[in-house]
Amino acid sequence: MNKFWKTGEPYVLATGAALAIILVMSLSLVGVVMTNGLGYFWPRALVKFELKDGTSALGQIMEQENNPISGARRLQLKVANRDVFGQDFRWIDEKDIASRTLPGDAVLLERRENGNYFGFLQGITTEGLVLTGVTPYEQLLQARKLVAGKLENTRTIRKQMSNLNSNAERIRLKLLKLEYGGQEKNASAITELTAAREKEMAEFSRLNEQASATMADIGKITAQFSDATGGSKDISLTEIVALQRPNSMSFVAKCGAYLERVRELLLDDPRESNTEGGLFPAIFGTVMMVLLMSVFSLPFGVIAAIYLREYAKDGLMTRMVRIAVNNLAGVPSIVYGVFGLGFFVYGIGGSIDSLFFPERLPTPTFGTGGILWSSLTLALLTVPVVIVATEESLASIPKGVREGSLALGATKFQTLMKILLPMATPGIMTGLILSMARAAGEVAPLMIVGVVKLAPTLPFDTNFPFFHMDRKFMHLGFHIYDVGFQSPNVEAAKPMVFVTTMLLLAIVILASSVAIYLRNRMRSKYTTSTF
Amino acid sequence: MSQPLEHTTPILSVSDLNLHYGAAHALKNINLEMARNQVTAFIGPSGCGKSTLLRCFNRMNDLVESARIDGSIRFDGAEINEPSTDVISLRRRIGMVFQQSNPFPKSIYENIVYGLRISGVNDKATLDEAVERSLKNAAIWNEVKDRLHESALGLSGGQAQRICIARAIAVNPEIILMDEPCSALDPISTLKIEELIEELKSKYTIVIVTHNMQQAARVSDVTAFFYLGELIEAGGTRKIFTNPEKKQTEDYITGRFG
Repeated sequence: MNKFWKTGEPYVLATGAALAIILVMSLSLVGVVMTNGLGYFWPRALVKFELKDGTSALGQIMEQENNPISGARRLQLKVANRDVFGQDFRWIDEKDIASRTLPGDAVLLERRENGNYFGFLQGITTEGLVLTGVTPYEQLLQARKLVAGKLENTRTIRKQMSNLNSNAERIRLKLLKLEYGGQEKNASAITELTAAREKEMAEFSRLNEQASATMADIGKITAQFSDATGGSKDISLTEIVALQRPNSMSFVAKCGAYLERVRELLLDDPRESNTEGGLFPAIFGTVMMVLLMSVFSLPFGVIAAIYLREYAKDGLMTRMVRIAVNNLAGVPSIVYGVFGLGFFVYGIGGSIDSLFFPERLPTPTFGTGGILWSSLTLALLTVPVVIVATEESLASIPKGVREGSLALGATKFQTLMKILLPMATPGIMTGLILSMARAAGEVAPLMIVGVVKLAPTLPFDTNFPFFHMDRKFMHLGFHIYDVGFQSPNVEAAKPMVFVTTMLLLAIVILASSVAIYLRNRMRSKYTTSTF
Repeated sequence: MSQPLEHTTPILSVSDLNLHYGAAHALKNINLEMARNQVTAFIGPSGCGKSTLLRCFNRMNDLVESARIDGSIRFDGAEINEPSTDVISLRRRIGMVFQQSNPFPKSIYENIVYGLRISGVNDKATLDEAVERSLKNAAIWNEVKDRLHESALGLSGGQAQRICIARAIAVNPEIILMDEPCSALDPISTLKIEELIEELKSKYTIVIVTHNMQQAARVSDVTAFFYLGELIEAGGTRKIFTNPEKKQTEDYITGRFG
């Protein structure tokens, strides 16, 4: 037995076991997120239950469990129709069920508001429409197509309106500036601009009326539905986002519906206080913030590390700085958030406002949270990682290479630029990967320096100057917190939390994979083989 | 083969050189002259200061913060140890080859022209010419001429060491310092490098540190024996190896210690 311990075999086994535990933990985390997230978009069957008390219910089975009190088997049913029933879910005890069927004509509606509607189509008011379809369902599909065309028109009008609006806003800011500079001095320019602004505004109202009229027109087209309890409801076609009959869909059709939902998720804006619809603004905000953060933290970190490792004399001071840098990486992130708010937002942002945009005050421009300050705050948070990684990789370059360059008459700076930095790049990239992963997952500091629940505009668009660094933005991490814990209907929002988590994971993995690929390419280029 | 020291003009002359690493006295009162176009070998047991002395010639000891040097080293009549000496141009005139071959993580071509590029030469024809000339001089042209733009990291140890020699001679130095250039190589590569040293001698002055006494006997004209930071004996190689004046030298050469 003693001999067995001496061989070291048990320790090898222990290390293997530790590794296995870590693997199982991370894989099950990813597994839970994936199964919950990926399944969300699959069109589930709508089951109709006839209960023993004579009532009936229509819904999707979400969960089955034993009632913790009575011990009886029960089902959790998503019955939707929040506006009718008051809640999305209900529990049904299995012993109360008389029969269950899968009616082929059960309809699942995704609505713009109030969540889904489960029920049966009764008819459609075909006012002003020529429909060739025979059954009400065919008619409904046709009407939807017509309505979609008209909605597309209003959408282009809305786009024009938003352009007009941003033009008018720009003129307004110019006016403010001129007025601030002196009313009399700029009188002619002011009148000119006011006229221009008025013209824009008039065009805006004209388009607005046109759009409203169209919308009112379409709004009259409604479809009548009845639910399982016998109630009926008129729903305007503009309210309907998507429509399916999951019980009579083929597998291929279900796949189509699934892909359509994924597309919506990746490319559309959120609806219903973020619990439905897409995540595009959040994805965009997260990626842009991480990239901006890298732009700030990489050069700063690398330059600081070069000074520390190559130029600073190795004394008490250098050691203190090094310890400080290492400790900086351990400071709670919320502290960075508070610092960012005080230093970047109020300090620098406030100064920028009073220097460059005094006419807009008291409305802040840079003196409020925004993507620039968020990126800078996170850059501060991740710069120690880059510094440490760069220092390590500079230190690990063989002395011979350094001396070889110096012995050829290169200066220290030439050696650094031509030999050391290229050789240190893989290590620097490792630091960058770690810092990007950390920044993408960080939420707490962002909540106080620029992330919002719903940003009306992206921080990048086609209006000059394209990058709007002062804008607030949406972020997947914050989205998880907000949808999962701040929304009024947490149970209905749960799948969205998993989907968002999955996307955040995917983005981090994707970014890391690209960086790791680049690093490995460089590594094979810059490392010495021993043979 | 060997000539008496006093018949040639010294290109390097060391007088009363002392070097301290902090409190350790690494070189004690060294007086030595090295002749132009000759191969001088430094031999002695590990830690005897022969590499340290070699690194004094191109001021590589500047990199060691604790090193303190007194005394004089004159290169072509000019003092090396002055603070006003232009270290960059000194290192261009005195090249160095290290114990471990240290090719840069660049192509073979870029390795060779590195010294020229950093001194501002970027003319393609000049660089091409320098690459061919130095690779031929380093007797490796035939082995690498078809893969000049491949990474130098893929070469074998012996080839890499010859690339490093080629890199050193590409900038046309007057002296080449070699710090145990063969200690990490197999016998065949060692033989090639030794033949190369024999050829390079006509153009360059070579100072070589070696642990291998056969090697010193084979390649050098003059041998200097160091022990514990002191220069024990220097003279024509044949004389040192056949009839040394000092007992310590004889003991070391015959393998009684070391």
